Amino acid sequence: MVTAGRAKRTKAVPVASMAQAVAGRGVIICCGSGGVGKTTTAAALAVAAVHHQGGRVLVLTIDPARRLATALGMESVGNAETRVMLGKGMPAGAELWVAMLDTSASWDDLVTRHAPDAATAQRILVNPLYRNITQRFVQSHDYIALERLYELERSGRYDLIIIDTPPSRHALDFLDAPARMADFFSSALLRWITLPYRVGGERAGRLGYLAAKPFYQVADRILGSQFLKDIAEFFLLFQSMYEGFVDRSNAVAALLHDERTTFAVITTTEPAPLHEAEFLLAELAKRKLRRGALVLNRVLPAEIADPAAVALARRIEAQGAPKSSGTVAQRRVIEAMARTHLRFAALAEHEATARRRLAADTEVLVAIAEQPGDITDLASLARLGDMLWPQ
Amino acid sequence: MVQSSPPPPPLRGLLDRQLLIVTGKGGVGKSTVAASLAWAATRQGKRVLACEFDAKGDLDACLMGSGRAISGPPKFTPSERQPRLFVMSMDPEESLKEYLRVSLKLPLVTRVGFLSGVFDFVANAAPGVREIVTIGKVAYEVREAAWDLVVVDATSTGHVVSQLDAPNAINDLVGAGLIRGQTAWIRDILEDHQRTGVVAVTTAEEMPVAETIELIAQLHERVKVDLAAVVVNRVLPEPFTRDDEELFDTMCADGGATLAKKLGAGVTIGAVHAIIASNRLAVGLRRSREPHLQELLASLDPGVATAFVPALTEATPGLATTTAVAEYLGDELGW
Repeated sequence: MVTAGRAKRTKAVPVASMAQAVAGRGVIICCGSGGVGKTTTAAALAVAAVHHQGGRVLVLTIDPARRLATALGMESVGNAETRVMLGKGMPAGAELWVAMLDTSASWDDLVTRHAPDAATAQRILVNPLYRNITQRFVQSHDYIALERLYELERSGRYDLIIIDTPPSRHALDFLDAPARMADFFSSALLRWITLPYRVGGERAGRLGYLAAKPFYQVADRILGSQFLKDIAEFFLLFQSMYEGFVDRSNAVAALLHDERTTFAVITTTEPAPLHEAEFLLAELAKRKLRRGALVLNRVLPAEIADPAAVALARRIEAQGAPKSSGTVAQRRVIEAMARTHLRFAALAEHEATARRRLAADTEVLVAIAEQPGDITDLASLARLGDMLWPQ
Repeated sequence: MVQSSPPPPPLRGLLDRQLLIVTGKGGVGKSTVAASLAWAATRQGKRVLACEFDAKGDLDACLMGSGRAISGPPKFTPSERQPRLFVMSMDPEESLKEYLRVSLKLPLVTRVGFLSGVFDFVANAAPGVREIVTIGKVAYEVREAAWDLVVVDATSTGHVVSQLDAPNAINDLVGAGLIRGQTAWIRDILEDHQRTGVVAVTTAEEMPVAETIELIAQLHERVKVDLAAVVVNRVLPEPFTRDDEELFDTMCADGGATLAKKLGAGVTIGAVHAIIASNRLAVGLRRSREPHLQELLASLDPGVATAFVPALTEATPGLATTTAVAEYLGDELGW
């Protein structure tokens, strides 16, 4: 929401609405640094979208902390898509769905789908290295999140999918995940390491072994030959899925650039997240990805910056509350109110500076006011949605 | 390690340990707290290494007065940002190279072009290697004892457990080999409660508290690393005493009309309304945060050091903020 005062100051910049950012899109990817309210914003946007546009809207969250479940008042949301029952007043046929990415279940699905036969799939699924890679270490979240998004989009079951992004080291790491995955499966190193172990390739294997010798010496000393063999066996199995994987990775990457896909950058007005958001916006532009909207979360109510209020608070702070204003206790409360107000007014000034800077570089800039109290139900999510996308 | 019969010796104070790993959910102010701990130790005359795990430069920004542009971002090789206070940025690939160079005595390897390919392979294919070279580098710095204290500005809580757990993961997976041979001493350092501690940073909000409670459980169950302190960051000032808060509710129940009149001529209802709005927000935030704070405190073992750091208005990351936070931490944790 851009207030009247703010709109006047930034009149030169055309400010489009969230409705325009969402119209005609099938996928909205929400990104931003940790702790800015990404997951909640994604859910609120889904509630608003289903309210305004109708259709079937799915919100997919990756965060293992299961925040969306809390926000939607549900005990748990699994990998399976779950329908959220909405109140009255929704367009006919409007449906809201939620799903939470279960990383290891999604990997299992992927393996089952791409393995040449059930026996190979089973051998991969029980491999201890596979279990470790998919469960214990976080890097695999990035790829599987996009893979799941792709699968949901392809299913055609939803008119709009809003996806929350994993907590990456850098908020855009996940964008490179498909390319990294494809590179990895086509890498010469992977061929080298699996070469000596390939079935029926003894002669080629020996030649390959010689060619790869310096590499083996190093890898062997670091990891030990048994572990190296375990890895090779695992990747031999995995390579049976090579083509499927590379094709998929490329298709997932293409989805990010599709004209029906757009990005929403979420931030608060604190210095560090704001810095990250500006970096994200620049990076999206560089990659020629669509910058749909910038959402400023937890902003102060606009009236706090009212100059008359600041002047009044300053006067009370300097002179004390006038005797006429009440009892000793009441005057103490009034003086405390003035102090609190001046603290918030200083913050509001910082916010205004940040907003002017951002408005110059963003087509769609929306703000969500700070909500005291947790988002624990649909009604509170809907209130956030109204701020994102006013009636 | 701790024996069964005699009572364990009291744990050393925070700054008297050798390795502090600062973690917390994204956005709670980890870097500021890590920088403050490093800064406070430096002020005690200690020689300190501050290590940032994700190379964003947040930690460095917290330790720079000005002139950051001149010195450039921190690198893998520590650089002295303030007297006795060194900053480094973790780079797992550099860490592996250093390990190969120092421990394996493979000087030639560093010149061979395929090493970075080897790293990509090892880090992507072999689970836990990226984590072990990261935590291993930190343990190496502690073991070599060139520092009185190493402070790590770590990644978010879930990832940190993977890193602390990496020696165990490697032991489970790798039958032999040099990496496995390295896990025992790393574990000795991490699990020594006199030397190493985790500092969990949180705010009094729902998700950061939930993640902190989860982290503490994981520290107990999966890795045997000591929880040295819990820092509750950005504690909001109490706008009123409880009695006055009720009085505020009553006085402003009509939206400010009465109050505007009492404040005298020339006071507009709009101005009063705005002041009420900021105060309602302050009261609302206090009320919503209170139960999360209580939940956190109730979940902590009695002996855990806990510190509260107030929200600093207009705080931009930098040495001034870091110094202020260090003073609050010192008051709370007793140095």
